[in-house]
Amino acid sequence: FALATAAQATDPTEPLVVNGDLEIVTSTAAPAHMDMIDTIQSGWEFRSHETQDLQRDDFDNPGMIFVDDAREAWDTAEGSEGKSCASCHGAPEDMAGVKAVYPKWNEDAGEVRTMEMQINACRTENMGAEALGYTSGDMTNMVALMSAVSRGLPVNVAIDGPAQAMWEQGKELYYTRTGQLELSCATCHEDNYDNLIRADHLSQGQINGFPTYRLKNAKLNSVHARFKGCVRDTRAETFSPGSPEFVALELYVASRGNGLSVEGPSVRN
Amino acid sequence: MKLSFALAAVAACTAGIAMAAPVAPADVEFSEYGDVATSLTGQPGDPANGVKIMANRGKGNCVACHAVSAMSDVPFHGEVGPTLDGVADRWNEAELRGLVANAKKTFEGTIMPAFYKNEGYIRPGNAYTGKAPTEALTPLLTAQEVEDVVAYLMTLKEQ
Ligand code: HEC
Ligand code: HEC
Ligand code: HEC
Repeated sequence: FALATAAQATDPTEPLVVNGDLEIVTSTAAPAHMDMIDTIQSGWEFRSHETQDLQRDDFDNPGMIFVDDAREAWDTAEGSEGKSCASCHGAPEDMAGVKAVYPKWNEDAGEVRTMEMQINACRTENMGAEALGYTSGDMTNMVALMSAVSRGLPVNVAIDGPAQAMWEQGKELYYTRTGQLELSCATCHEDNYDNLIRADHLSQGQINGFPTYRLKNAKLNSVHARFKGCVRDTRAETFSPGSPEFVALELYVASRGNGLSVEGPSVRN
Repeated sequence: MKLSFALAAVAACTAGIAMAAPVAPADVEFSEYGDVATSLTGQPGDPANGVKIMANRGKGNCVACHAVSAMSDVPFHGEVGPTLDGVADRWNEAELRGLVANAKKTFEGTIMPAFYKNEGYIRPGNAYTGKAPTEALTPLLTAQEVEDVVAYLMTLKEQ
Protein backbone atom coordinates (compact mmCIF):
# COMPACT_ATOMS: atom_id res chain seq x y z
CA PHE A 1 0.00 0.00 0.00
CA ALA A 2 2.73 2.43 0.99
CA LEU A 3 4.62 1.41 -2.13
CA ALA A 4 1.63 2.10 -4.34
CA THR A 5 1.32 5.58 -2.87
CA ALA A 6 5.00 6.28 -3.35
CA ALA A 7 4.87 5.07 -6.94
CA GLN A 8 2.07 7.53 -7.66
CA ALA A 9 4.01 10.43 -6.20
CA THR A 10 2.74 13.43 -8.03
CA ASP A 11 4.35 16.34 -9.75
CA PRO A 12 5.57 18.62 -6.92
CA THR A 13 4.05 21.61 -8.64
CA GLU A 14 0.63 19.99 -8.62
CA PRO A 15 -1.56 21.90 -6.15
CA LEU A 16 -3.36 20.22 -3.28
CA VAL A 17 -6.85 19.13 -4.25
CA VAL A 18 -8.54 16.77 -1.80
CA ASN A 19 -10.75 13.97 -3.13
CA GLY A 20 -10.47 15.43 -6.61
CA ASP A 21 -12.62 18.48 -5.89
CA LEU A 22 -11.69 20.31 -2.70
CA GLU A 23 -9.09 22.92 -3.56
CA ILE A 24 -6.68 23.88 -0.79
CA VAL A 25 -4.69 27.12 -0.91
CA THR A 26 -1.23 26.14 0.35
CA SER A 27 0.50 29.38 -0.57
CA THR A 28 -0.72 32.94 -0.88
CA ALA A 29 0.17 36.58 -0.21
CA ALA A 30 1.03 37.26 3.42
CA PRO A 31 -1.52 39.22 5.44
CA ALA A 32 -0.84 42.96 5.83
CA HIS A 33 0.39 42.65 9.42
CA MET A 34 3.40 40.54 8.36
CA ASP A 35 6.22 42.63 7.02
CA MET A 36 9.02 40.03 7.05
CA ILE A 37 7.49 37.52 4.62
CA ASP A 38 5.79 38.10 1.25
CA THR A 39 4.29 34.68 0.69
CA ILE A 40 2.85 32.43 3.36
CA GLN A 41 3.02 28.70 2.82
CA SER A 42 1.34 25.78 4.49
CA GLY A 43 3.58 23.16 6.10
CA TRP A 44 2.27 20.82 3.38
CA GLU A 45 4.57 22.50 0.85
CA PHE A 46 7.64 21.52 2.86
CA ARG A 47 6.89 17.82 3.12
CA SER A 48 8.04 15.03 0.81
CA HIS A 49 5.88 14.15 -2.18
CA GLU A 50 4.95 10.86 -0.55
CA THR A 51 3.70 12.63 2.56
CA GLN A 52 1.95 15.28 0.48
CA ASP A 53 0.10 12.65 -1.49
CA LEU A 54 -1.42 11.16 1.66
CA GLN A 55 -3.52 14.32 1.87
CA ARG A 56 -4.91 14.18 -1.64
CA ASP A 57 -7.50 11.57 -0.78
CA ASP A 58 -9.31 11.08 2.51
CA PHE A 59 -8.93 7.31 2.20
CA ASP A 60 -5.16 7.74 2.33
CA ASN A 61 -5.22 10.34 5.13
CA PRO A 62 -4.82 8.50 8.46
CA GLY A 63 -6.12 11.58 10.27
CA MET A 64 -9.60 10.98 8.88
CA ILE A 65 -10.03 7.87 11.05
CA PHE A 66 -9.96 10.15 14.08
CA VAL A 67 -12.46 12.47 12.45
CA ASP A 68 -14.81 9.49 12.15
CA ASP A 69 -14.35 8.79 15.86
CA ALA A 70 -15.31 12.39 16.56
CA ARG A 71 -18.43 12.10 14.38
CA GLU A 72 -19.57 9.32 16.66
CA ALA A 73 -18.83 11.43 19.75
CA TRP A 74 -20.68 14.36 18.17
CA ASP A 75 -23.89 12.32 18.17
CA THR A 76 -23.39 10.81 21.63
CA ALA A 77 -25.25 12.33 24.56
CA GLU A 78 -23.05 12.95 27.59
CA GLY A 79 -23.40 14.70 30.92
CA SER A 80 -26.28 15.66 33.19
CA GLU A 81 -28.33 17.43 30.48
CA GLY A 82 -28.56 14.33 28.31
CA LYS A 83 -27.45 16.26 25.27
CA SER A 84 -25.00 15.66 22.47
CA CYS A 85 -23.28 18.26 20.30
CA ALA A 86 -25.83 17.33 17.64
CA SER A 87 -28.72 18.29 19.95
CA CYS A 88 -27.80 21.94 19.63
CA HIS A 89 -25.64 22.19 16.53
CA GLY A 90 -27.22 19.72 14.07
CA ALA A 91 -24.77 18.10 11.69
CA PRO A 92 -21.02 18.71 11.98
CA GLU A 93 -21.21 20.20 8.49
CA ASP A 94 -23.42 22.95 9.90
CA MET A 95 -20.27 24.16 11.68
CA ALA A 96 -18.47 24.82 8.37
CA GLY A 97 -16.51 28.06 8.65
CA VAL A 98 -16.29 28.11 12.45
CA LYS A 99 -12.76 26.69 12.69
CA ALA A 100 -11.49 29.24 10.17
CA VAL A 101 -12.00 32.13 12.59
CA TYR A 102 -10.61 30.50 15.75
CA PRO A 103 -9.11 31.51 18.16
CA LYS A 104 -11.87 34.08 18.56
CA TRP A 105 -12.99 36.65 21.09
CA ASN A 106 -16.05 35.48 23.03
CA GLU A 107 -18.02 38.47 24.19
CA ASP A 108 -20.01 36.76 26.95
CA ALA A 109 -16.98 35.09 28.47
CA GLY A 110 -14.82 38.16 27.92
CA GLU A 111 -11.91 36.08 26.66
CA VAL A 112 -10.21 34.82 23.53
CA ARG A 113 -11.18 31.19 23.06
CA THR A 114 -9.42 28.47 21.17
CA MET A 115 -11.53 25.71 19.63
CA GLU A 116 -10.56 23.48 22.54
CA MET A 117 -11.75 26.07 25.07
CA GLN A 118 -15.08 26.45 23.24
CA ILE A 119 -15.63 22.71 23.09
CA ASN A 120 -14.98 22.43 26.82
CA ALA A 121 -17.25 25.41 27.51
CA CYS A 122 -20.05 23.61 25.64
CA ARG A 123 -19.35 20.40 27.52
CA THR A 124 -19.30 21.92 30.98
CA GLU A 125 -21.87 24.72 30.57
CA ASN A 126 -24.28 23.28 28.02
CA MET A 127 -24.05 19.52 28.51
CA GLY A 128 -23.17 19.18 32.17
CA ALA A 129 -20.30 16.96 31.09
CA GLU A 130 -16.71 16.91 32.23
CA ALA A 131 -14.08 18.99 30.50
CA LEU A 132 -11.76 17.02 28.24
CA GLY A 133 -7.99 17.17 28.72
CA TYR A 134 -6.67 20.02 26.60
CA THR A 135 -4.49 17.83 24.39
CA SER A 136 -6.35 14.55 24.99
CA GLY A 137 -7.21 12.28 22.11
CA ASP A 138 -10.99 12.90 22.40
CA MET A 139 -10.44 16.64 22.38
CA THR A 140 -8.03 16.63 19.46
CA ASN A 141 -10.36 14.37 17.49
CA MET A 142 -13.24 16.81 17.97
CA VAL A 143 -11.05 19.72 16.89
CA ALA A 144 -10.13 17.66 13.83
CA LEU A 145 -13.81 17.20 12.99
CA MET A 146 -14.43 20.94 13.30
CA SER A 147 -11.43 21.49 11.04
CA ALA A 148 -12.42 18.83 8.50
CA VAL A 149 -15.82 20.46 7.86
CA SER A 150 -14.09 23.81 7.26
CA ARG A 151 -11.45 22.51 4.89
CA GLY A 152 -10.82 24.73 1.91
CA LEU A 153 -12.17 27.85 3.59
CA PRO A 154 -9.67 30.65 4.20
CA VAL A 155 -8.25 31.14 7.69
CA ASN A 156 -9.55 34.51 8.80
CA VAL A 157 -8.71 35.20 12.41
CA ALA A 158 -9.61 38.64 13.78
CA ILE A 159 -6.67 40.46 15.36
CA ASP A 160 -8.22 43.81 16.13
CA GLY A 161 -10.83 44.95 18.62
CA PRO A 162 -10.93 43.09 21.91
CA ALA A 163 -8.54 40.39 20.65
CA GLN A 164 -5.77 42.85 19.89
CA ALA A 165 -4.09 42.90 23.30
CA MET A 166 -3.76 39.14 23.31
CA TRP A 167 -2.55 39.16 19.72
CA GLU A 168 0.22 41.60 20.69
CA GLN A 169 1.19 39.33 23.56
CA GLY A 170 1.34 36.37 21.18
CA LYS A 171 3.50 38.32 18.77
CA GLU A 172 5.88 39.22 21.57
CA LEU A 173 6.18 35.53 22.50
CA TYR A 174 6.79 34.60 18.87
CA TYR A 175 9.86 36.82 18.72
CA THR A 176 11.23 36.10 22.21
CA ARG A 177 14.39 34.01 22.18
CA THR A 178 13.94 31.47 24.94
CA GLY A 179 15.89 28.73 26.62
CA GLN A 180 19.53 27.91 26.76
CA LEU A 181 19.67 27.78 22.97
CA GLU A 182 18.18 31.30 22.80
CA LEU A 183 15.89 30.59 19.86
CA SER A 184 12.51 32.10 19.05
CA CYS A 185 9.78 30.78 16.78
CA ALA A 186 10.97 33.40 14.30
CA THR A 187 14.60 32.28 14.25
CA CYS A 188 13.50 28.92 12.91
CA HIS A 189 10.19 29.58 11.12
CA GLU A 190 10.70 33.09 9.76
CA ASP A 191 14.46 33.48 9.25
CA ASN A 192 15.19 29.89 8.29
CA TYR A 193 12.16 28.27 6.72
CA ASP A 194 13.03 26.10 3.74
CA ASN A 195 16.43 25.32 5.32
CA LEU A 196 17.37 21.93 6.68
CA ILE A 197 18.06 21.82 10.42
CA ARG A 198 19.73 18.45 10.76
CA ALA A 199 17.23 16.14 9.01
CA ASP A 200 14.23 18.48 9.33
CA HIS A 201 13.06 20.70 6.51
CA LEU A 202 11.92 23.85 8.31
CA SER A 203 8.49 25.17 7.39
CA GLN A 204 6.91 28.47 8.33
CA GLY A 205 5.34 26.80 11.37
CA GLN A 206 1.79 27.50 10.18
CA ILE A 207 -1.17 25.99 12.03
CA ASN A 208 -3.78 25.94 9.25
CA GLY A 209 -3.20 22.17 8.98
CA PHE A 210 -3.94 21.35 12.61
CA PRO A 211 -4.60 18.95 14.10
CA THR A 212 -1.82 17.20 12.21
CA TYR A 213 -1.46 13.45 11.82
CA ARG A 214 2.27 12.89 12.27
CA LEU A 215 3.81 9.79 10.75
CA LYS A 216 6.41 10.03 13.53
CA ASN A 217 3.96 9.34 16.38
CA ALA A 218 1.01 7.97 14.39
CA LYS A 219 -1.63 10.13 16.05
CA LEU A 220 -3.29 13.50 15.78
CA ASN A 221 -1.27 16.32 17.31
CA SER A 222 -2.79 19.49 18.69
CA VAL A 223 -1.43 22.99 18.24
CA HIS A 224 -0.38 23.43 21.85
CA ALA A 225 1.35 20.05 21.94
CA ARG A 226 3.39 21.15 18.93
CA PHE A 227 4.18 24.51 20.50
CA LYS A 228 5.30 22.71 23.63
CA GLY A 229 7.64 20.50 21.64
CA CYS A 230 9.16 23.41 19.76
CA VAL A 231 9.72 25.45 22.94
CA ARG A 232 11.21 22.42 24.71
CA ASP A 233 13.66 22.08 21.83
CA THR A 234 15.09 25.49 22.68
CA ARG A 235 16.05 24.02 26.07
CA ALA A 236 13.45 26.26 27.68
CA GLU A 237 10.84 25.82 30.35
CA THR A 238 7.67 25.46 28.28
CA PHE A 239 4.22 26.89 28.89
CA SER A 240 1.37 24.46 29.52
CA PRO A 241 -1.17 23.52 26.87
CA GLY A 242 -4.23 25.71 27.38
CA SER A 243 -2.22 28.39 29.24
CA PRO A 244 -2.99 32.05 28.44
CA GLU A 245 0.49 32.33 26.89
CA PHE A 246 -0.13 29.51 24.42
CA VAL A 247 -3.63 30.82 23.64
CA ALA A 248 -2.06 34.19 22.80
CA LEU A 249 0.65 32.50 20.75
CA GLU A 250 -1.97 30.44 18.89
CA LEU A 251 -3.96 33.56 18.06
CA TYR A 252 -0.86 35.23 16.68
CA VAL A 253 0.40 32.19 14.76
CA ALA A 254 -3.09 31.54 13.35
CA SER A 255 -3.19 35.13 12.09
CA ARG A 256 0.10 34.58 10.24
CA GLY A 257 -1.88 32.04 8.21
CA ASN A 258 -4.80 34.32 7.33
CA GLY A 259 -5.54 33.52 3.69
CA LEU A 260 -4.33 29.91 3.68
CA SER A 261 -7.03 27.24 3.60
CA VAL A 262 -8.10 25.36 6.66
CA GLU A 263 -6.41 22.04 5.96
CA GLY A 264 -6.69 19.86 9.08
CA PRO A 265 -6.41 17.08 9.70
CA SER A 266 -3.24 17.31 7.64
CA VAL A 267 -0.42 14.77 7.34
CA ARG A 268 3.09 15.67 8.43
CA ASN A 269 6.22 13.72 9.31
CA MET B 1 38.33 24.81 55.76
CA LYS B 2 40.91 27.57 55.45
CA LEU B 3 43.74 25.09 55.69
CA SER B 4 42.47 22.78 52.96
CA PHE B 5 41.87 25.77 50.72
CA ALA B 6 45.44 26.93 51.28
CA LEU B 7 46.74 23.45 50.57
CA ALA B 8 44.76 23.24 47.36
CA ALA B 9 46.14 26.60 46.31
CA VAL B 10 49.66 25.41 46.97
CA ALA B 11 49.01 22.26 44.97
CA ALA B 12 47.67 24.28 42.09
CA CYS B 13 50.71 26.55 42.18
CA THR B 14 53.21 23.76 42.22
CA ALA B 15 51.47 22.02 39.35
CA GLY B 16 51.79 25.25 37.41
CA ILE B 17 49.46 26.49 34.72
CA ALA B 18 48.46 23.01 33.59
CA MET B 19 46.46 22.50 36.77
CA ALA B 20 44.75 25.91 36.76
CA ALA B 21 40.97 25.82 36.96
CA PRO B 22 39.19 26.46 33.67
CA VAL B 23 38.11 30.02 33.02
CA ALA B 24 34.52 30.35 34.30
CA PRO B 25 31.93 31.25 31.64
CA ALA B 26 31.40 34.71 33.14
CA ASP B 27 35.15 35.39 33.13
CA VAL B 28 35.88 34.68 29.47
CA GLU B 29 37.50 37.73 27.91
CA PHE B 30 36.21 38.55 24.44
CA SER B 31 37.89 41.21 22.32
CA GLU B 32 35.66 43.81 20.72
CA TYR B 33 35.59 41.58 17.61
CA GLY B 34 34.51 38.54 19.59
CA ASP B 35 37.70 36.51 19.71
CA VAL B 36 39.12 34.87 22.83
CA ALA B 37 42.91 34.90 22.86
CA THR B 38 43.68 32.52 25.72
CA SER B 39 42.78 28.88 26.07
CA LEU B 40 39.90 28.25 28.48
CA THR B 41 41.80 25.41 30.16
CA GLY B 42 45.48 25.81 29.35
CA GLN B 43 45.31 22.26 27.99
CA PRO B 44 45.63 21.51 24.29
CA GLY B 45 42.36 20.55 22.60
CA ASP B 46 41.76 17.01 21.35
CA PRO B 47 40.45 17.16 17.78
CA ALA B 48 39.29 13.52 17.88
CA ASN B 49 36.96 14.34 20.78
CA GLY B 50 36.03 17.66 19.16
CA VAL B 51 34.57 15.98 16.09
CA LYS B 52 32.49 13.68 18.30
CA ILE B 53 31.06 16.64 20.18
CA MET B 54 30.18 18.35 16.90
CA ALA B 55 28.20 15.29 15.77
CA ASN B 56 26.52 14.55 19.11
CA ARG B 57 22.93 15.82 19.33
CA GLY B 58 23.15 16.25 23.10
CA LYS B 59 26.44 18.19 22.91
CA GLY B 60 27.48 20.58 20.14
CA ASN B 61 25.12 19.22 17.47
CA CYS B 62 26.93 21.61 15.15
CA VAL B 63 25.97 19.59 12.08
CA ALA B 64 22.32 20.44 12.81
CA CYS B 65 23.13 23.79 11.25
CA HIS B 66 26.49 23.35 9.47
CA ALA B 67 27.60 20.99 6.74
CA VAL B 68 31.15 19.65 7.10
CA SER B 69 32.53 17.54 4.23
CA ALA B 70 35.12 15.93 6.49
CA MET B 71 32.27 14.63 8.67
CA SER B 72 30.35 12.98 5.83
CA ASP B 73 30.11 9.73 7.84
CA VAL B 74 27.68 11.55 10.16
CA PRO B 75 24.19 11.66 8.59
CA PHE B 76 22.03 14.75 8.05
CA HIS B 77 23.94 18.00 7.96
CA GLY B 78 21.86 21.17 8.15
CA GLU B 79 22.03 24.33 6.07
CA VAL B 80 21.08 27.01 8.60
CA GLY B 81 24.71 28.14 8.96
CA PRO B 82 27.57 28.27 6.43
CA THR B 83 29.55 25.12 5.63
CA LEU B 84 32.56 24.79 7.90
CA ASP B 85 34.80 23.48 5.12
CA GLY B 86 38.00 25.52 5.15
CA VAL B 87 36.88 27.40 8.26
CA ALA B 88 40.46 27.51 9.62
CA ASP B 89 41.51 29.44 6.51
CA ARG B 90 38.96 32.11 7.34
CA TRP B 91 39.40 32.35 11.13
CA ASN B 92 42.34 31.94 13.49
CA GLU B 93 42.26 29.95 16.71
CA ALA B 94 41.30 32.89 18.94
CA GLU B 95 38.44 33.79 16.62
CA LEU B 96 37.19 30.21 16.47
CA ARG B 97 37.33 29.96 20.27
CA GLY B 98 35.23 33.12 20.48
CA LEU B 99 32.78 31.79 17.89
CA VAL B 100 32.23 28.53 19.75
CA ALA B 101 32.14 30.14 23.22
CA ASN B 102 29.65 32.82 22.21
CA ALA B 103 29.11 33.53 18.52
CA LYS B 104 26.88 36.48 19.39
CA LYS B 105 30.04 38.43 20.26
CA THR B 106 31.16 38.04 16.63
CA PHE B 107 27.79 38.02 14.84
CA GLU B 108 25.27 40.12 16.71
CA GLY B 109 21.89 38.41 17.00
CA THR B 110 23.02 35.20 15.31
CA ILE B 111 20.87 32.11 15.63
CA MET B 112 23.96 30.16 16.67
CA PRO B 113 23.73 29.25 20.37
CA ALA B 114 26.45 30.33 22.82
CA PHE B 115 28.15 27.15 23.97
CA TYR B 116 30.14 28.58 26.88
CA LYS B 117 27.65 30.64 28.79
CA ASN B 118 25.38 29.64 31.66
CA GLU B 119 23.20 32.61 32.58
CA GLY B 120 21.25 35.49 31.13
CA TYR B 121 18.56 33.35 29.47
CA ILE B 122 14.81 33.86 29.18
CA ARG B 123 12.83 30.92 30.62
CA PRO B 124 15.76 28.49 30.62
CA GLY B 125 14.83 24.84 31.05
CA ASN B 126 16.44 21.75 32.46
CA ALA B 127 18.04 20.50 29.22
CA TYR B 128 15.30 19.14 26.91
CA THR B 129 12.76 18.27 29.61
CA GLY B 130 10.68 21.42 29.14
CA LYS B 131 10.79 21.88 32.92
CA ALA B 132 12.42 24.62 34.98
CA PRO B 133 15.96 23.82 36.06
CA THR B 134 16.40 22.60 39.64
CA GLU B 135 20.03 23.66 39.91
CA ALA B 136 22.39 26.19 38.36
CA LEU B 137 22.84 25.70 34.64
CA THR B 138 26.08 24.43 33.23
CA PRO B 139 27.27 25.68 29.84
CA LEU B 140 26.29 23.59 26.79
CA LEU B 141 29.94 22.52 26.50
CA THR B 142 32.65 22.32 29.17
CA ALA B 143 35.74 24.49 28.80
CA GLN B 144 37.76 21.51 27.61
CA GLU B 145 35.05 20.49 25.13
CA VAL B 146 35.20 24.01 23.65
CA GLU B 147 38.96 23.61 23.29
CA ASP B 148 38.47 20.17 21.68
CA VAL B 149 35.99 21.57 19.15
CA VAL B 150 38.32 24.48 18.37
CA ALA B 151 41.18 22.01 17.85
CA TYR B 152 39.05 20.09 15.35
CA LEU B 153 37.94 23.27 13.56
CA MET B 154 41.64 24.18 13.20
CA THR B 155 42.07 21.04 11.07
CA LEU B 156 39.44 22.21 8.56
CA LYS B 157 41.78 23.78 6.01
CA GLU B 158 41.47 23.80 2.27
CA GLN B 159 44.61 25.77 1.39
C1 HEC C 1 -27.16 22.77 24.97
C2 HEC C 1 -26.65 23.33 23.76
C3 HEC C 1 -25.27 22.99 23.27
C4 HEC C 1 -24.62 21.79 23.28
C5 HEC C 1 -25.09 20.45 23.78
C6 HEC C 1 -23.34 22.04 22.64
N1 HEC C 1 -23.23 23.35 22.30
FE1 HEC C 1 -21.71 24.19 21.26
N2 HEC C 1 -22.61 26.00 21.41
C7 HEC C 1 -23.84 26.23 22.00
C8 HEC C 1 -24.10 27.66 21.98
C9 HEC C 1 -25.33 28.34 22.54
C10 HEC C 1 -23.00 28.26 21.34
C11 HEC C 1 -22.74 29.73 21.10
C12 HEC C 1 -21.92 30.20 22.27
C13 HEC C 1 -21.30 31.52 22.07
O1 HEC C 1 -21.10 31.94 20.94
O2 HEC C 1 -20.99 32.11 23.10
C14 HEC C 1 -22.10 27.19 20.99
C15 HEC C 1 -20.90 27.37 20.31
C16 HEC C 1 -20.10 26.35 19.84
C17 HEC C 1 -18.98 26.53 18.97
C18 HEC C 1 -18.45 27.87 18.44
C19 HEC C 1 -19.35 28.39 17.35
C20 HEC C 1 -18.89 29.74 16.86
O3 HEC C 1 -19.43 30.19 15.84
O4 HEC C 1 -18.00 30.34 17.44
C21 HEC C 1 -18.43 25.31 18.76
C22 HEC C 1 -17.19 24.97 17.91
C23 HEC C 1 -19.23 24.35 19.49
N3 HEC C 1 -20.24 25.01 20.13
C24 HEC C 1 -19.00 23.00 19.54
C25 HEC C 1 -19.71 22.10 20.32
C26 HEC C 1 -19.37 20.73 20.51
C27 HEC C 1 -18.15 20.03 19.86
C28 HEC C 1 -20.28 20.18 21.34
C29 HEC C 1 -20.33 18.80 21.92
C30 HEC C 1 -19.14 18.34 22.61
C31 HEC C 1 -21.24 21.23 21.65
N4 HEC C 1 -20.84 22.39 21.03
C32 HEC C 1 -22.36 21.07 22.45
C33 HEC C 1 -24.68 25.30 22.50
C34 HEC C 1 -24.38 23.96 22.66
C1 HEC D 1 15.06 24.94 16.75
C2 HEC D 1 14.14 25.28 15.70
C3 HEC D 1 12.70 25.55 16.04
C4 HEC D 1 12.17 26.50 16.87
C5 HEC D 1 12.91 27.50 17.73
C6 HEC D 1 10.73 26.38 16.75
N1 HEC D 1 10.40 25.38 15.90
FE1 HEC D 1 8.54 24.89 15.26
N2 HEC D 1 9.31 23.35 14.18
C7 HEC D 1 10.64 23.05 14.07
C8 HEC D 1 10.81 21.89 13.23
C9 HEC D 1 12.12 21.23 12.84
C10 HEC D 1 9.51 21.50 12.84
C11 HEC D 1 9.11 20.34 11.91
C12 HEC D 1 9.27 20.76 10.48
C13 HEC D 1 8.42 21.94 10.13
O1 HEC D 1 7.21 21.79 9.90
O2 HEC D 1 8.92 23.08 10.16
C14 HEC D 1 8.59 22.45 13.44
C15 HEC D 1 7.21 22.44 13.27
C16 HEC D 1 6.35 23.40 13.75
C17 HEC D 1 4.93 23.43 13.47
C18 HEC D 1 4.15 22.42 12.63
C19 HEC D 1 3.95 22.93 11.24
C20 HEC D 1 3.14 21.97 10.41
O3 HEC D 1 2.78 22.34 9.30
O4 HEC D 1 2.87 20.86 10.85
C21 HEC D 1 4.43 24.52 14.12
C22 HEC D 1 2.99 24.98 14.13
C23 HEC D 1 5.54 25.16 14.79
N3 HEC D 1 6.69 24.46 14.55
C24 HEC D 1 5.44 26.32 15.54
C25 HEC D 1 6.48 26.85 16.30
C26 HEC D 1 6.33 27.94 17.24
C27 HEC D 1 5.03 28.68 17.50
C28 HEC D 1 7.54 28.16 17.79
C29 HEC D 1 7.93 29.08 18.91
C30 HEC D 1 7.23 28.91 20.14
C31 HEC D 1 8.47 27.23 17.17
N4 HEC D 1 7.79 26.45 16.29
C32 HEC D 1 9.83 27.19 17.43
C33 HEC D 1 11.70 23.74 14.62
C34 HEC D 1 11.58 24.83 15.47
C1 HEC E 1 21.19 26.74 15.38
C2 HEC E 1 22.19 26.88 14.37
C3 HEC E 1 23.64 26.71 14.66
C4 HEC E 1 24.30 25.80 15.47
C5 HEC E 1 23.66 24.70 16.31
C6 HEC E 1 25.70 26.06 15.34
N1 HEC E 1 25.91 27.10 14.49
FE1 HEC E 1 27.72 27.87 13.93
N2 HEC E 1 26.78 29.32 12.83
C7 HEC E 1 25.44 29.39 12.61
C8 HEC E 1 25.16 30.50 11.72
C9 HEC E 1 23.81 30.93 11.19
C10 HEC E 1 26.42 31.09 11.44
C11 HEC E 1 26.72 32.31 10.57
C12 HEC E 1 26.74 33.55 11.41
C13 HEC E 1 25.53 34.36 11.17
O1 HEC E 1 25.40 34.92 10.08
O2 HEC E 1 24.66 34.42 12.05
C14 HEC E 1 27.42 30.31 12.14
C15 HEC E 1 28.78 30.55 12.08
C16 HEC E 1 29.75 29.70 12.55
C17 HEC E 1 31.18 29.82 12.30
C18 HEC E 1 31.83 30.85 11.40
C19 HEC E 1 31.76 30.23 10.03
C20 HEC E 1 32.28 31.08 8.90
O3 HEC E 1 32.86 30.53 8.01
O4 HEC E 1 32.05 32.29 8.95
C21 HEC E 1 31.78 28.77 12.94
C22 HEC E 1 33.27 28.46 12.98
C23 HEC E 1 30.74 27.99 13.59
N3 HEC E 1 29.53 28.58 13.32
C24 HEC E 1 30.97 26.85 14.33
C25 HEC E 1 29.99 26.13 15.00
C26 HEC E 1 30.26 25.03 15.89
C27 HEC E 1 31.62 24.46 16.15
C28 HEC E 1 29.06 24.64 16.40
C29 HEC E 1 28.77 23.59 17.43
C30 HEC E 1 29.59 23.54 18.60
C31 HEC E 1 28.04 25.46 15.78
N4 HEC E 1 28.64 26.36 14.94
C32 HEC E 1 26.69 25.35 16.01
C33 HEC E 1 24.46 28.55 13.13
C34 HEC E 1 24.69 27.53 14.04
